[in-house]
Amino acid sequence: MASVQISEAEKVYIMHGVRDDLRVDGRGCEDYRHMEIETDVVSNTDGSAKVRMGHTDVLVGIKAELRRPRPNVPDEGYLEFFVDCSANATPEFEGRGGEELGVELSNTLYKVFNSHRSLDLRSLCVCPGEHCWVLYVDVLLLQCDGNLFDAMSIAIKAALFNTRIPKVRVLEDEEGGKEIELSDDPYDCLRLRVGHRHVVDATLQEKACSAASLLVAVTPRGAVTCVRKLGAGSLDPDSIFEMTETGKRVGKALHAPLMELLQKDESLGKKRQKVGFLA
Amino acid sequence: MGHGTYMDDEKLTASVAGEVERVNKLICVRPLKTRYNGEVGDVIVGRITEVQQKRWKVETNSRLDSVLLLSSVNLPGGELRRRSAEDELTMRDYLQEGDLISAEVQSVFSDGALSLHTRSLKYGKLGQGVLVQVSPSLVKRQKTHFHNLPCGASIILGNNGFLWLYPTPGQQDEEEGGYYTSLELVPLSDREVISRLRNCLLALAAHKVLLYDTSVLYCYESSLLYQIKDILKPETMDEIVMVTRQRLLDQEG
Repeated sequence: MASVQISEAEKVYIMHGVRDDLRVDGRGCEDYRHMEIETDVVSNTDGSAKVRMGHTDVLVGIKAELRRPRPNVPDEGYLEFFVDCSANATPEFEGRGGEELGVELSNTLYKVFNSHRSLDLRSLCVCPGEHCWVLYVDVLLLQCDGNLFDAMSIAIKAALFNTRIPKVRVLEDEEGGKEIELSDDPYDCLRLRVGHRHVVDATLQEKACSAASLLVAVTPRGAVTCVRKLGAGSLDPDSIFEMTETGKRVGKALHAPLMELLQKDESLGKKRQKVGFLA
Repeated sequence: MGHGTYMDDEKLTASVAGEVERVNKLICVRPLKTRYNGEVGDVIVGRITEVQQKRWKVETNSRLDSVLLLSSVNLPGGELRRRSAEDELTMRDYLQEGDLISAEVQSVFSDGALSLHTRSLKYGKLGQGVLVQVSPSLVKRQKTHFHNLPCGASIILGNNGFLWLYPTPGQQDEEEGGYYTSLELVPLSDREVISRLRNCLLALAAHKVLLYDTSVLYCYESSLLYQIKDILKPETMDEIVMVTRQRLLDQEG
């Protein structure tokens, strides 16, 4: 991910601040930045969402296609992820620079959304063994200011909520609007270890002070679907346990207001004002 | 006829968004969003990007990296002597890549790069604090750019748009000069003031308000009604900046 250069004195200041639970922008260790979420921004997709968190900007588009299901699970559909780190986000992503990060992010997303508790993949099945819906999820990073995983997973959840795929009956084709069932969508919580405490939703400066971070994917019921360690530093087992607990707590706490917001947005229907890319 | 304008069907039109400056018959437009164009005597805050032979390269948000020559810095201890080969080898002990410094523009090279100097005790390496980056056109040109704000923190308003917030040094630290950086714990009360000021600066910059000690102070005072982390929410930001603008207008009138 993008990085900034900071001096030793600045690092010391940031780490002492985290210890006292007062970060540089006044947040506590478990506070998120102000988030703006908008759904249905791209008209030629089946579902889309745009999330802006601080200066991090992520756009997700979902397209649904009919395909043969995977041989080992004939009665389930599946999701395909592709993350594009555009050169817009930071100069490091110029040319093929963003490919490595994109592949790493896609692989993590596969792991996160692969569990039964995250998404009810059976609802994507049309005809067992023959046809199923495949959702191609495309993530585009427009701007990078720390905490890509959280922004991406919130955007994916919002886009999945917004996705509409037609009802298909095998004997006769009928068009009907059907919203995808979001039973329990996992939502990632990236916890970064700074000094002896950990923070949630780190900025680029805080990331420059940390040696390691733990990514915890949490469903609304508190079940953990994926845990991943990023970074070159080491974490001792006690802090891993602490960080997972905090991740679960913060993740659960974020699901409820997010669902409320998405449902309110849906209920506005055609009347909602779209801001899109102009603001 | 000046920079930032062009003739469009015999009408003089601006080609960039910004402030109009008029000197007799010369009309130019200074853009709002621009790289820093340095002038002799400006105070800047910069970050060391490279250590080269006999000089450092400093990033100052200009078109070219600025230059800090070894002969333009104060050696520790305040000695006045010729720089030796040994000094060249120990340059990294004074300033490393990533360090922040405050300096003054000594001259401008022919290609536009700035030559900086820290030949005064008030300039030098910066210690603990917070850097805020805004557009250079928002920083007002004043007599002094170093302010000890009454709310309990100090600020350096660099002309290049880099603003440095730091806890007000105690009496004994003033005599240390350029290169000793204190890594002691900054008390929580000072941290709160600095975080609040940082959010206020970002709020003012987002609303394109000119930054100088009075505007920053007024913004700080009107932000005291809210919690520090709420200042950056759009509605709160609008409120605070509106009150600040009102106070500034009242003060001028």
